Amino acid sequence: MKANVFVNAIGKKLALNLRAAWARAYVRIVGVNREPSWVIFDTLLPVVGLAAYVFYYKALGAPSAFFGMVILGGAMTAYWMNVLWAMASQFYWEKQGGNLQLFLMSPMSRMAILLGMALGGGFSTTVRALASLFLGMVIFRIPFAIASVWQLLGIFFLTLIALYGLGMLFASAYMLWGREAWHVSNLLTEPIYLLSGFYFPVRALGFWVALAASAIPTTLGLDGLRQVLLSGKAYAFLSVPVEMGILAVLCVAFLILAHYMLRYMENLGKREGRLTLRWQ
Amino acid sequence: MKLDIKRLKFELTHIYRSIKSSAWLGWQIESNWTDPLLFGIYTFAKPVASALILVVMYLVVSRVPTSSPFFAYMYVGNAFYLFVANILFGISWVIMEDREFFEMIKYIYTSPIRMFLYLFGRGLAKITITTLAVIITLAFGILFLKLPIHPARVNWGLLFMALVVGLWGIVSLGMILAAISMLVARHSGYLNEGVSGLFFLLCGAIFPIEVLPGWLQPVSRALPFTYWLEAIRRAVLPGQESLSPTLAGFPTGSLFAILLGTTLLLALASHRIFHLCESTARRKGWIDRRTDY
Repeated sequence: MKANVFVNAIGKKLALNLRAAWARAYVRIVGVNREPSWVIFDTLLPVVGLAAYVFYYKALGAPSAFFGMVILGGAMTAYWMNVLWAMASQFYWEKQGGNLQLFLMSPMSRMAILLGMALGGGFSTTVRALASLFLGMVIFRIPFAIASVWQLLGIFFLTLIALYGLGMLFASAYMLWGREAWHVSNLLTEPIYLLSGFYFPVRALGFWVALAASAIPTTLGLDGLRQVLLSGKAYAFLSVPVEMGILAVLCVAFLILAHYMLRYMENLGKREGRLTLRWQ
Repeated sequence: MKLDIKRLKFELTHIYRSIKSSAWLGWQIESNWTDPLLFGIYTFAKPVASALILVVMYLVVSRVPTSSPFFAYMYVGNAFYLFVANILFGISWVIMEDREFFEMIKYIYTSPIRMFLYLFGRGLAKITITTLAVIITLAFGILFLKLPIHPARVNWGLLFMALVVGLWGIVSLGMILAAISMLVARHSGYLNEGVSGLFFLLCGAIFPIEVLPGWLQPVSRALPFTYWLEAIRRAVLPGQESLSPTLAGFPTGSLFAILLGTTLLLALASHRIFHLCESTARRKGWIDRRTDY
């Protein structure tokens, strides 16, 4: 009897949070499609920037595998930017917009809100990533070949879950920050592209630097995806099963940390009166 | 005659005060979010990381040391291209920021300042910060990567003139993007990134334009930034022959004349497009709309 009550309560809470996540995602999906100009800006223009790096490698006389690294890295930047700007910064934007207190008053988990934001932003992000991959393949004739479908799905989804877990962790800090939130997100672009080896094999940075950089999910995610899609074992840092194992640990660690940090930062913000501070 | 001079003096004073106030505001927004140490780290880390991405890509593939002409060509081009990326983004982002985050845009319109001058002033703050970033990037290259730049051999006169004209062109393009930003929703912030990426590809920033497919090269030759970067390289690396056979054929005087001419056309187009987009946004009531969701 007690077990039934407990299971019922968990079920109701889960249903509430899933509805909250869907509600937050719905607004994003509808909002984005109200002005479809993003389709051009998010599909064609990013490929142009990537093309510069491909031609740079061409000018250096690089093997064609490096062109594929650039295209794959470019596709993953879409997800990193989504984590930074659409998830981590979300509570900062909501604070600026005066909506944060409404979210905090509602009975759902903060992680459900962030999950909804991730799912809503994931639609346009995935369109951008796929467009970069497809156009890159067609224009530069990159021969992507899937070595193992299970490894591809495994490494991709583990990377995404770990990435979004990291995004939730960042969101807890951003909840309290003012304008420094925007600048920190800005700061975490090029240095992360460098450390994670978005456009080159990460092992070129040396074993210990690459190992430290593996705390960023995109490092091992990209390395694994290159091995699976580009037959890139020659440039691999670690084997795919080892990378999947580390990513699984990162998934669990980031999600647990995010849960506690969101709660801690919210309480800290309430004590210090920073949750509704705008324009600072 | 007396009246005209008085009017002119009034206009110039108004322009000076408008630009000075908005430049001061821009500097405050860019810098007062943190203490000077963290601001210094932020100013250092981003441009150096962006240069190091290209450096690592170079070292992974090339067996040639960093004292090679190609490396210098790429590094100097990438360092000065920071002006294009940062200023384009900086000026156009002012519209998003003031419209959606600070909700101040309507107060700017009700104050005695013209939006064009306000954006120009805000752009000056970005120019200041980017100049710091470029100096840091070049210093890093000279100190750690054997970049063959010797201050005594730099053609400072050419560098100064090229910078002035180039920045004029970049600010003009930034105004065009700002004008377009008045008509699009916030999620089209990728427009700025995309346009910057487009010029990064076409202007010979990190490789000679001859590497591009033949059908794209005429587009490169029509852009002022292509000649701008070539003029900068000639000023900063005077002993080095141009790696672009097309551009090497232009004497420096002709190069500068083409740069000036194309920049003038861009500036005229910028003025026209800005006023067209602004009047459209005012007519449709989009000046102070919010598009977040």
